[in-house]
Amino acid sequence: MNDIAVHQFPVLIVTTGVFSALTILVVGLFNRKLCYYIVLFTTTFHFVLSILTLNHVLTKGRIQYWLGGWRPPWGIEYVVDELNAYVLVVILFLSFLGIVYSKRSVEKEIDERKHPTFYTLMQLLIAGCCGVVVTGDVFNLFVLAEVASLSTYALVAVAGGRALRASYNYLILGSLGICFYLLGIGFLYAVTGTLNMIDMKILLQNLYYNKMVQVAFVLVLVGLGIKAAVFPLHTWQPDAYTYAPSAVTLIMSTVVAKAFIYALIRLVFSVFTIDFLKIYVDAWSLIPVISAVAIVVASILAYRQNDIKRMLAYSSVVNIAYITLGISYFTSHWSLSGALVNILNHAIAKGCAFAAVGAIIYKTGIKDIRNYAGLAKKMPYTSAALLIAMLSLIGLPPSVGFVTKFYLAIGSLEVQNYLMLAIILLGTLLTLAYFLKVIEELYFKHSENNAEEAPLSMLAPTMFLAILCLAFGVYWLTGIPLDFVEKLVTVIR
Amino acid sequence: MIEEFLEHYNYWTSVLIIFIGLYTIFAKNNLLKKLLGLSLVQTGIFLFFISLGDIGSLQTLGIGEATPPIIWEEAEKRGYLYVNPLPHVLILTGIVVAAATTCVALALLIRIYKEYKTLEEDEIIEMEVERGE
Amino acid sequence: MIAFYAVLVPAIASLFILIFHRHPNIRESCTIIATFVTFILVFLIAQEFLDGKSIECTIFEILPGIEFAFKVDAFGLIFALTSSSLWILVSLYSIGYMRALKEHAQTRYYFCFAISIMSALGIAFSENLITLFIFYETLTIVTYPLVSHEESEEALVAGRKYLLYLMTSGSFLLAASLITYAITGTTDFKPGGILNPMDEVLLKILFFFYILGFMKAAYMPFHSWLPTAMIAPTPVSALLHAVAVVKAGVFGIIRVVCYIYGIDLIKYLNLDLILAVLASFTVIVANLLAIGEDNFKRRLAYSTINQLSFIILGASLLSPLALMGAMMHITFHGYMKITLFLCAGAIAVVTGKKLVSELSGVGKVMPITMIAFTIGAIGMAGLPPTAGFLGKLYICLGAVQSAETFAQPLLLSVILVVIIASILDIIYLLPIVISAFFEGSEGVKREEFRDVLCLFMVVSLSITAIFSILLFIYPSVLLLPELAEVAANEVFKK
Repeated sequence: MNDIAVHQFPVLIVTTGVFSALTILVVGLFNRKLCYYIVLFTTTFHFVLSILTLNHVLTKGRIQYWLGGWRPPWGIEYVVDELNAYVLVVILFLSFLGIVYSKRSVEKEIDERKHPTFYTLMQLLIAGCCGVVVTGDVFNLFVLAEVASLSTYALVAVAGGRALRASYNYLILGSLGICFYLLGIGFLYAVTGTLNMIDMKILLQNLYYNKMVQVAFVLVLVGLGIKAAVFPLHTWQPDAYTYAPSAVTLIMSTVVAKAFIYALIRLVFSVFTIDFLKIYVDAWSLIPVISAVAIVVASILAYRQNDIKRMLAYSSVVNIAYITLGISYFTSHWSLSGALVNILNHAIAKGCAFAAVGAIIYKTGIKDIRNYAGLAKKMPYTSAALLIAMLSLIGLPPSVGFVTKFYLAIGSLEVQNYLMLAIILLGTLLTLAYFLKVIEELYFKHSENNAEEAPLSMLAPTMFLAILCLAFGVYWLTGIPLDFVEKLVTVIR
Repeated sequence: MIEEFLEHYNYWTSVLIIFIGLYTIFAKNNLLKKLLGLSLVQTGIFLFFISLGDIGSLQTLGIGEATPPIIWEEAEKRGYLYVNPLPHVLILTGIVVAAATTCVALALLIRIYKEYKTLEEDEIIEMEVERGE
Repeated sequence: MIAFYAVLVPAIASLFILIFHRHPNIRESCTIIATFVTFILVFLIAQEFLDGKSIECTIFEILPGIEFAFKVDAFGLIFALTSSSLWILVSLYSIGYMRALKEHAQTRYYFCFAISIMSALGIAFSENLITLFIFYETLTIVTYPLVSHEESEEALVAGRKYLLYLMTSGSFLLAASLITYAITGTTDFKPGGILNPMDEVLLKILFFFYILGFMKAAYMPFHSWLPTAMIAPTPVSALLHAVAVVKAGVFGIIRVVCYIYGIDLIKYLNLDLILAVLASFTVIVANLLAIGEDNFKRRLAYSTINQLSFIILGASLLSPLALMGAMMHITFHGYMKITLFLCAGAIAVVTGKKLVSELSGVGKVMPITMIAFTIGAIGMAGLPPTAGFLGKLYICLGAVQSAETFAQPLLLSVILVVIIASILDIIYLLPIVISAFFEGSEGVKREEFRDVLCLFMVVSLSITAIFSILLFIYPSVLLLPELAEVAANEVFKK
């Protein structure tokens, strides 16, 4: 592949994404069926591009693209290094599966007249998230984050009824979060006079003791924390996940959550850098405490739920807490690895879980786990996928969840923090406690119902993700990708 | 003390607006008022950004020394400072985003009102509980 | 690679079991074929090992210093031989039992059974703690559906308790393994141990982590999951008690004592004393609890708790003979206890009786079963001519052997514990035999050989009973003394 061509890919993904969204809107006026295929085609195309990008980044080094040919720091720059490329592949891969999955689900859950707008928003959401991931400019990140977020607000509300207030809460809190972020950027701009991440990192080096920079750090942290649903700023998230249509929940839990947690990691480690964290310990030392509390509290909240989507939503809070716990011990290589690896691992496992749950809702309309009895017989493949996803979220070997847990545990020993080790292992037990409720209903109770197996277009992505839960688990464990993980960690260190 | 305060009155104003907005968001029960609060926060931040552009007030003590960022001969001769245009451009984008957010929020509010015939949050929650959701 | 293949065979079998879930006969054939193939493979490995070949294979390296690897050693072989040989008999028995009772979810049952055997073999052959942990955790998870097999509320509660105990223990094991890795940079099992005397407090705490980690050994006060799990079908109880689960616990403890800490370090830290006290306490109290238990299978469960701690006691004496005894007793106890459980299951299937107090006269209608039960009971008490005698003999000899290093009063107390335990064993098992043979048999009408399916059960329990005696006469039939000697030599080499 021609190098120059690959350099265009990141920007191409974002621009064609937005363009495709507009095309869907127009095409939708004439032919509603076509909309879905445009999204499918675009996402597939983008996924291929993202893989080529990752390949290029890994073999030839990072990509820097200047929008409109304006040199940074004046123009907007798109920078893709190993970390971006990795997250980009993850979110486009899951978008692709999510889109494949959404066809039947959307047909059933959403009025056909709304399909063009639905897919327009879906495409905008994906494009926005890709933009958040590839951009190297803090203000551009704000704009693209809002593109993604506004689409998400609308998508959550599609179902109407209870979803409306969930969406509205999400909107208010999400916008507030992005306002904090914007204010933080304003502070940073006031002291550095630049918006380019790389430039800002260099200029900030002498300003770490500046109160303004420190306040900006907290603002950015809180702002992106709200967006990424970091405990205790997650309050919008369970409602939004629960009442959104299945396809949207799937995309939100995998694509949106991952894009924002990436943004958080990028801002903290590539703009403020570890040197800053070492100086401004006060704020950062809270993170492990918050994460530990999050793991315990969110698990208990998850245990108390009977709505499966809400339970999974709290489980997402727990997993985000694993990531923040991992990055909070930045001196440890394995702790960071665990956090970064969990971006993929959690996306796969939670994607699989939400896909399976969506398939069950599609066929039976059951959301309450107390009615799950007997489903394992009627929908064996979907149930098996859900089982594998749950086992992997619990963290049993050789699933992806185990790898996360394993790396984090080793990381905790690297920094000699036995409390963190205890929390990670306690997390396993708590997760087991709430998923056991589901497993018992699914596999050990019986009742007559006339459910049947989900259609292939939903089953295939679900099963594929379930297989990946195990395959990637083994793949990480084989130690082959350790070089890659090393590169990821080097990026943020 | 007071001088310092007055010197940065624009920043203080924006802080004040932001806090009024935050208060409105968290304290008000009416969903529309929450949206107003959000808009206030956004406006406060825009004000802050625009103030940033005014190099004159940042670098020297006097207020309003900088000129608009238009290049004209006299200014170059006299060595006037000009206002940094970048924050203004950013805020143009920001305003668009804020307007879009408000639009989506208003659309949602209309749907909510149609659904529940009220915008008071506690009443809506009550109705939801009644419906058993 | 042959060790890896041995582990792989049950895994492959489990896939076939899933594929043929609609054809019970083919499904069960898969299980039976796999049992034989596995056993033959393990036996071949044992032969090769005794010929002096070293058999190891690294599948991949998880992290620097942590490999997913298998290595065959004498101690592992003892466990592997026990599990794989008993799997044949339990499978035969299962076919009879499950079909006679027309149990539901048989595919799940056979699937989980095969995977748990895979895990047991994996535990036996793993080269290091992390590999062991992976199989240990798998074993916990796949036995959960077996414990909750009945799907009643009670069974689910039992399953929850089972998972709670064993997953907690798994977490401790992971923590302990990783701390070991952090200290030494490796987790490989080495006959002399890999830990060095350094921070005493840390090493002692670490040892407690390991002990908690191997909660599968069902020592007190963390034993109560085992009697609760008796709600499971009888072959599952056999799997838990004789073939895989609890044996994995004691196996792990001996591994840690001899191969992670090493005899010298254990002595230096005085951990042997703690282990001995823990084990002795459990031996006595478990037996006392067994006397008061009316549920037949639960009584047997307490007997298991007692015997397991007996094995731990053997290991804690830190002498070659006691260690040999402990290792061989894993097999001996496996055969004897499986006989008892298979008898209990057969009685439940044929007569429907599950309480000890109902068993009077059963021996008249089921003579073969009750004779087999008698042999097992004698074995539990450690009397000749059963293998149980050999185990106790070796451990007592070991106590004498370690008398120089072990304080004299303690030596006496060990012998005392053994004698008291044997007497208690007789007290709670013999009345069952007596009442079964010599008391009236009102209400017991059905015959032992009701149909072909019962034949499956009676044949397999007869074989285990015969083996319980055969192992006394000629323990080399499963290469036991040879392997135990090799293991003891390598652990105690100066």
